Amino acid sequence: MEEKGRKFGKLQEIIARHGGQVSHLIAILQEVQQEYRYLPEEVLAYIATALNISPAVVYGVATFYAQFSLEPKGKYVIRVCDGTACHVRGAEPIHFALRKELGLSEGQRTTDDLQFTVETVSCLGACGLAPVVTINDQEVYGQMSPEGVLKVLRALKSGGGQEERREAHA
Amino acid sequence: MPGGKVTVDGHVVEINDARNILEVVRRAGVKLPTFCYHSELSVYGACRMCMVEVEGRGLVASCSTPPEDGMVIHTNTSRTRRLRRMIIELLLANHERECTSCERSGSCKLQQLARQMGVTKVRFGQRDKKLPVDDSSPAIVKNPNKCILCGDCVRMCKEIQGLGVWDFAFRGSKTQVTTAFNKPLAEVACVNCGQCVAVCPTGALTVKSEVDRVWEAIQDPHKVVVVQVAPAVRVAIGEEFGLLPGEKATGQLVAALKKLGFDRVFDTLFAADMTTTEEALELLDRLAKGGRLPLFTSCCPAWVKYAEQFHADLLGNLSTCRSPQQMFGSLVKKFYAREIGKSPRDVVCVSVMPCTAKKFEARRPEFTTDGVPDVDFVLTTVELAQMIKEAGIVFNELEPEVFDSPLGMGSGAAVIYGASGGVMESVVRFVSAHLTGSDVGRVDFCPVRGMQGIKEAELEIGGQTLKMAVVHGLANAEKLIGRIKSGDAFYHAVEVMACPGGCLGGGGQPYPNSTAARLGRMKGLYALDRAEQLHRPQDNIFVSRAYEKWFGGPANANTHHSLHTHYYPRRRISGKPVEVTEHREGRPVEVSVCVGTNCYLKGSYDILNRFIELARQMGLTDYVQLRGTFCLECCDRGVSIKVNDEIITGVTLDNAEEVFKNQISAKVRPHLLV
Repeated sequence: MEEKGRKFGKLQEIIARHGGQVSHLIAILQEVQQEYRYLPEEVLAYIATALNISPAVVYGVATFYAQFSLEPKGKYVIRVCDGTACHVRGAEPIHFALRKELGLSEGQRTTDDLQFTVETVSCLGACGLAPVVTINDQEVYGQMSPEGVLKVLRALKSGGGQEERREAHA
Repeated sequence: MPGGKVTVDGHVVEINDARNILEVVRRAGVKLPTFCYHSELSVYGACRMCMVEVEGRGLVASCSTPPEDGMVIHTNTSRTRRLRRMIIELLLANHERECTSCERSGSCKLQQLARQMGVTKVRFGQRDKKLPVDDSSPAIVKNPNKCILCGDCVRMCKEIQGLGVWDFAFRGSKTQVTTAFNKPLAEVACVNCGQCVAVCPTGALTVKSEVDRVWEAIQDPHKVVVVQVAPAVRVAIGEEFGLLPGEKATGQLVAALKKLGFDRVFDTLFAADMTTTEEALELLDRLAKGGRLPLFTSCCPAWVKYAEQFHADLLGNLSTCRSPQQMFGSLVKKFYAREIGKSPRDVVCVSVMPCTAKKFEARRPEFTTDGVPDVDFVLTTVELAQMIKEAGIVFNELEPEVFDSPLGMGSGAAVIYGASGGVMESVVRFVSAHLTGSDVGRVDFCPVRGMQGIKEAELEIGGQTLKMAVVHGLANAEKLIGRIKSGDAFYHAVEVMACPGGCLGGGGQPYPNSTAARLGRMKGLYALDRAEQLHRPQDNIFVSRAYEKWFGGPANANTHHSLHTHYYPRRRISGKPVEVTEHREGRPVEVSVCVGTNCYLKGSYDILNRFIELARQMGLTDYVQLRGTFCLECCDRGVSIKVNDEIITGVTLDNAEEVFKNQISAKVRPHLLV
């Protein structure tokens, strides 16, 4: 079956696995976001229906936590750590360079072609490597610089593998 | 609950089961300032205005701290005073301070407490970002820039009305009180009861005003402007002019309306007597013919919308009677207009209501005559008071006047419509006289009176026991419906009013719309009933005449056309469907399976899955677009699906395959041949 049908089946399965319990709302949202990569409005409404709670409650929880996104995210989610250590070692210029290169307007986090999402994160717990940038929570780049991040970005755009990006960073 | 004593500002006070320090302090004669404390709602402890100093503990929020024996409490210290001022200042920094042009100016609690606490300057800047105002609803306007996040509306809607239309969203400095997905209020499950407006301490939630349109109508020389006044208005409007809640102001109210320029000043009581008659006869008819029971009242438009959204299977139990407001509008536009030689278009019907949901009701497309609305404009008690003030009329000096004829006469049974239990008591009065032929003037049916959330009563009538229930607050209604549906309770008749206390506590009543004010108004209404000469609808000679002249008697085909209505299942929230197959243009057959609550509970999810499976088995995945949609508004007829433009109801897992073959794959077949 097609992708969407599979996702929908998964959505119902997640709700069922949690017994439709309201106290599991955050866990349900986390797992559903794994499937959809974000939380579409209609899916949140469906969850509210299944849990028999007001959709306003689901919306409140989903907007409260930074980990939940109500907008589609790009293929590559680039997180720039802006915790204290990274901040003092120059996280801001890195963030700025990325946003400028990708042409993101104020408040915009994802490029129109849904390729890249740029976010800041409060601390990744890798302060010894500051400043840190991660890609899709999989690849970690330490001691980053504005120039370095642009190289990695170019490597991403050219569609190369992780090795190529590592090289670009090195 | 702890007993014992505490010391409040040097005076010893008994705890006596007080739930919190705030209540104990109040008994010591000190009223602490609060924004987020309402005795009928849960304790939230957000605003911190009620802080007191407790020796050995320091500062505590009195609303959320239980008193303990031996506590020494100080309510007025330099620290509490300084902090209260600071809190107000911080709230004001986040608040759009355009007080002079705010609807709540004069009745705003923030304004009042700022003055009371002696705040004369605010040391902090203002917000530079403005959020959009939501005026999509016919009844309620939300201005988030004035919200102080006390959460009163959130708890009112959730706890008393059981709806939860409002909730907090976002976080930190970006926190807002808003609807699901920030949707316009008109597109969510809001029933327009206005209780959120009643508890809002600022101008963040206000009633949508129709004052200017009424002025325009009054001043149009080509229009005859007829006004009707609901029962609960007469015991509340005086509050706007310094009278106590419940003090009778009917005479001045009529005089003021005449002075304002309304051409005919009539009384909704007239229509309420008709409502009682129609509804009581409907009940007797259902009892005799074994019709659907319990019979639910349908006077409250917030309850009606709630039932349409949440209990489609009960719509057949709702009385088909229109509410008194709409019966009145229908009488005016269909009969009275003709009688005075006017077309419905040239007669403007204005109603003055304690209620904000009536604004929504008046706009329902069912309630029109020759394409014009039966009720053109709805003013709340507060809006009318504003018009009286604007016109410079000195309300308290007015000589009392009486309503015009013929639609200005009502019995005491209609007066009590304004209180929870009133409709039921009126029906009891009608029925007991109707069946026993007794001519007892007034039957007081006290079990249905008062502020208790769910009231039950029994009555021996014509050899059978009539079981009745009266609820107010939709959360109470939901509880009762749960008991009825599960078979734990049975009633012949149920009265539901959305607002605590009934209409007298409506969202359009003067501020403060507190429990104390509601009790005062309730007392006022029953006093008015006692003072009335007539106490039963059948004694109202004007109503009997109107029945004879316009309908040829009560409860017949004619009244059915003009005084009754139908209800429709209604979706709760607008929004996109859940795409189950990749959206692609040009798929010849679109199938939407309803996954709204009613259908979801009946297993629509399994049906959707079955369809996915069948589409795959039959090789039709490229031809069928499948989605889950939220409510096709056929909630009372089993799981519904929509195939292109056709709605098919009553789909079950057992007939899913048959439906798929006959209704879906049959529609694909012609496209396969091409």
